[in-house]
Amino acid sequence: MNFNFTEEQEMLRAAFAEFVKEEIAPKAAKWDEDNYTPLELMPKMGEMGILGVFVPEQYGGVGLGHTERVMALEEIARHSAGLAMMVFTHQLGMAAILDYGTEEQKMKYLPGMCAGTEICGLAVTEPGGGSDVAGQKTEAKLEDGQWVVNGRKCFITNSHCGTATVITCKTGEDEKGRSTFSCIILEKGTEGYSPGREENKLGLRGSMTGELIMNNAKVPEENLVGEAGMGTPIAMKEIGEVGRASMAAIATGIIRGCLEDAVKFSKERIVYGKPVSKLQAIQFHIAEIRCDYEAARLMTYRAAALKDEGKPAATEFSMAKYFATEAACRASKRLIEIMGGYGVVNEYAAGRYHRDALGCISSGGTSEIQKIIVAGDTLKKY
Amino acid sequence: MNILVLVKPVPDPEKYNEIRIDSQTKRLVREGVPTVINPTDRNALEAALQIRDAMEDSTVTVLSMAPEFSRDKIVECLAMGADDAYLLSDRAFGGADTYATSYVLAEGIKKVEAEKGLMFDLILAGNESADGATAHVPVQVAEWLKISHISRVCSLNVEDELIKLVKRSEDVMLSFQGEGPAVLAVTRDINKPRFVNAMGIVKARKKPLTIWSNEDMKLEESRLGLEGSPTQPGELIAPHMGRAGEPLVSGDATAADAAKAILSVMRKAGV
Repeated sequence: MNFNFTEEQEMLRAAFAEFVKEEIAPKAAKWDEDNYTPLELMPKMGEMGILGVFVPEQYGGVGLGHTERVMALEEIARHSAGLAMMVFTHQLGMAAILDYGTEEQKMKYLPGMCAGTEICGLAVTEPGGGSDVAGQKTEAKLEDGQWVVNGRKCFITNSHCGTATVITCKTGEDEKGRSTFSCIILEKGTEGYSPGREENKLGLRGSMTGELIMNNAKVPEENLVGEAGMGTPIAMKEIGEVGRASMAAIATGIIRGCLEDAVKFSKERIVYGKPVSKLQAIQFHIAEIRCDYEAARLMTYRAAALKDEGKPAATEFSMAKYFATEAACRASKRLIEIMGGYGVVNEYAAGRYHRDALGCISSGGTSEIQKIIVAGDTLKKY
Repeated sequence: MNILVLVKPVPDPEKYNEIRIDSQTKRLVREGVPTVINPTDRNALEAALQIRDAMEDSTVTVLSMAPEFSRDKIVECLAMGADDAYLLSDRAFGGADTYATSYVLAEGIKKVEAEKGLMFDLILAGNESADGATAHVPVQVAEWLKISHISRVCSLNVEDELIKLVKRSEDVMLSFQGEGPAVLAVTRDINKPRFVNAMGIVKARKKPLTIWSNEDMKLEESRLGLEGSPTQPGELIAPHMGRAGEPLVSGDATAADAAKAILSVMRKAGV
């Protein structure tokens, strides 16, 4: 058993951290305040190899794995969880194309997406629910060699900036009369397809979240990703192993922000003639945040390493997502308590961390959904 | 054009508050302090890469004298875009002042040239290291090699083998042009070094990195490390940074009395 990153992975983390320090950290608070999505950073992140770090070189990627992808997300989320949301959702759609797309689809879409000149996404959730996949109403009918898509998706990250989004829609019924779903790529500019309302979110601001509306949108038949009727397993696999991995990584980045800010503030804040870091009450908070950070990190990277080994990791990602996002909420609340009045002043990042942490709970399935997945697996295995 | 860049791994300047000086050896205690490529050496490497990218058949080689644990910093130079690298590493090189360091580096350059069967047209280095900050080494290397050298270079272009540069002096900018070989020491305002990216890190796996000890270099031990260093550090003295107060007036003095007393002190001080 080896808990160390390789020399190359350490070098990658340092490279990502340097990029984040220069290009993201100084602007993150302003993006949050203005709810601004820094689309101009996408080509720069493409140049850094962040967006396509897990994509093979022949499709414009770097050819590394999900451990490195998670590492980049942790580094970005350390300073801007909102931007990390945008990056991960882009990668979520890319993963669906990479894992299930045809060679033509991979060659057509992935190089631009790795470069950050095209923006991807994966749209499943509808007003009727996100985790209730079978309850989706969006429908696609094959007519004269084209899919005619009708329906509405909501809470979709990259809704208003995506240039090609993978959506799930009902395309038929099985022999028992149950709906079957497929994944189809919708390109920006398709007649009858447009973003709808954009949400004003509590946290994870700086990433666009909103509706996608399909009103007789006509899509070429070859835009089907994977086999017809396999939309649910495709979406579930990507959300389970790429989406939840990302949420765990983003939450881990938020906890690290809480930890670093807690240490810095408590050493600088003088009360009764000494830094508050000397007070046991403050030290207890710091120890709790540190333990949460280490545990979240171990769970997240272990699950990513399993995926890179080609082993099933959905339950491990669910555990990591559940633990890390709840821990991020705890850590950011503790940071606010350590900082006293300063903790609720928006000049400091503590409040933003807390809003971002709360935003992480619902994305990729709530804590209760994760517990149902973990329990299901546990009851089978033990 | 064949360019060589001298690189020094140094303790991270952002962690200087964690560095101590050993009172016995007078050397820096670097344990636990992360190492980075000397910031202005990154500028030198960026300048070299820009010249190489603009000129066909150009190469950039990195050379460093450092402990072997700094190998990852040399790999970082390859990831930034250098074509190959040489690391001179031996316990005998440790504790060297700038004289002994520049001697080893100059001998290293000669050995690399012999190995490759070429002469470097341009040798670039950061103007000074973030830890020692003497700015001696580039100049001394040039003197050992008996070639031209210019320090504080803040702008550099190469057009048809003609090197054009601007040197920042105290209150003037001096323009030079000429042909290599030459050692140029660059300042941080010459350019903004590129980020190391993931593709570069993956490519660095396949780039040659040669490590030479003194068994390979075969240099006389008396010219190396502490023994070969004429610089002898003196005593370490920590200046007293406290403030001394002096009462100017008694406790029952009026504000006018206090003002007079303050003005008198200021006049005496020539304010």
